[in-house]
Amino acid sequence: MIPAAFEYHRPADIRGALSILVEHGDDARVLAGGHSLIPMMKLRMADVPHLIDLQDISSLKGITIEGGRITIGAMTTQHELITNDALHAAAPLLREAALQIADPQVRYMGTIGGNVANGDPGNDMPGLMQCLDATFTLEGPNGTRTVQARDFYEAAYTTDRDDAEILTHISLDATTAGYAYEKQKRKIGDYATAACAVLITKENGVVTSASVAMTNLSDVPVFSEAAAEALIGGTCDTAAVKAAVAAALADIDPTEDNRGPVKFKMHVAGVIIARAIERAWSRA
Amino acid sequence: MTKQILKMTVNGQTEEVLVEPRELLVYVLREKIGMKGPHVGCETSHCGACTVEINGKSVKSCTMFAVQAQGAEITTIEGLGTPDALHVLQTNFKEHHGLQCGFCTPGMITRAHRLLQENPNPTEKEVRFGIAGNICRCTGYQNIVKAILSAAAEINASKEAAQ
Repeated sequence: MIPAAFEYHRPADIRGALSILVEHGDDARVLAGGHSLIPMMKLRMADVPHLIDLQDISSLKGITIEGGRITIGAMTTQHELITNDALHAAAPLLREAALQIADPQVRYMGTIGGNVANGDPGNDMPGLMQCLDATFTLEGPNGTRTVQARDFYEAAYTTDRDDAEILTHISLDATTAGYAYEKQKRKIGDYATAACAVLITKENGVVTSASVAMTNLSDVPVFSEAAAEALIGGTCDTAAVKAAVAAALADIDPTEDNRGPVKFKMHVAGVIIARAIERAWSRA
Repeated sequence: MTKQILKMTVNGQTEEVLVEPRELLVYVLREKIGMKGPHVGCETSHCGACTVEINGKSVKSCTMFAVQAQGAEITTIEGLGTPDALHVLQTNFKEHHGLQCGFCTPGMITRAHRLLQENPNPTEKEVRFGIAGNICRCTGYQNIVKAILSAAAEINASKEAAQ
């Protein structure tokens, strides 16, 4: 419950935040909503001599939708994602998923950037971002670069982000595809036992494009190209869903924990993936 | 580590306290400002007993450093009513037996207060989902839901009467 002492910094812009990150290297961490980092600090599992609070950096906030492209500032909270009607119209998958993350209080504080940058395979947004083929913008001392969500995750708590970089924005194409985020969890606020994000586009009764990604079923989020391929060109009938589920299950590698043994997780994943595909298809 | 003077408005009063960055807001509210309504029921940010309202958001004050609240407007249970003039949520929690030991109640009512501002006509399902960040060990939630729905109806009726 009692975090170790640290120096608190509250820069007014990205440049200020980056200079503190560069100065203190490994000893500095950025603070967004604080709802993963502070719990870890309270358990002394995270050692953070310098904490850089990003709350005053206005360029990290807000949602813009222009020409079919959505840009979301990293400090945008889950609550803001849920309550933004324009965002809901442009990419309804986000609200559906955000409502399954944590609880009201946590959603007022927790940010999309913190969720995707955390690197905990339990977080829901990473798989979602892979499903949506989102792009992450990272700003560091040497400038700005972008990384696809599908290339960002390397292992549990290890991402492509360099220690001196800050994830500033997330961008993605607006999509009217049929969508679903299906999540099995033990209770409100729990990380998924298994979860799956699906987007399906239908033309003349046939799947013309599909995207399938899974949460907490490996040490990273899993985008399953094979599952999408099993759906494209078909009519999403029982055989196609079964083939897609089999393909998706072949791509995951769950580990045993108190949510259940591997065999159980494979079973739950199969049920959840099928449900997500069926609901996305029903909305396509 | 460098201490700083923290200035915030708590229940309408300006407060100035000297804090260390690592001091959690719930600790500063309880130990330094004397608002002991917000409670601590866990160390993993689940229970919501420490919920207060900060700049129009329901926040678990155990998961925020006090320094993050520099300049903020905070409402705790102490700011919602007085023993002589209870807030409508407080009268309804009393009326409908929405509390037993009372430990979750300050967080529960503070959260319900925000919930009703955002959704003045919630369904039972929306109330349950809306207080899902607040755990209660005594009531089984049923009477808390009744109390909140009843408070909502009362607030709406008095709004209509005023129009």
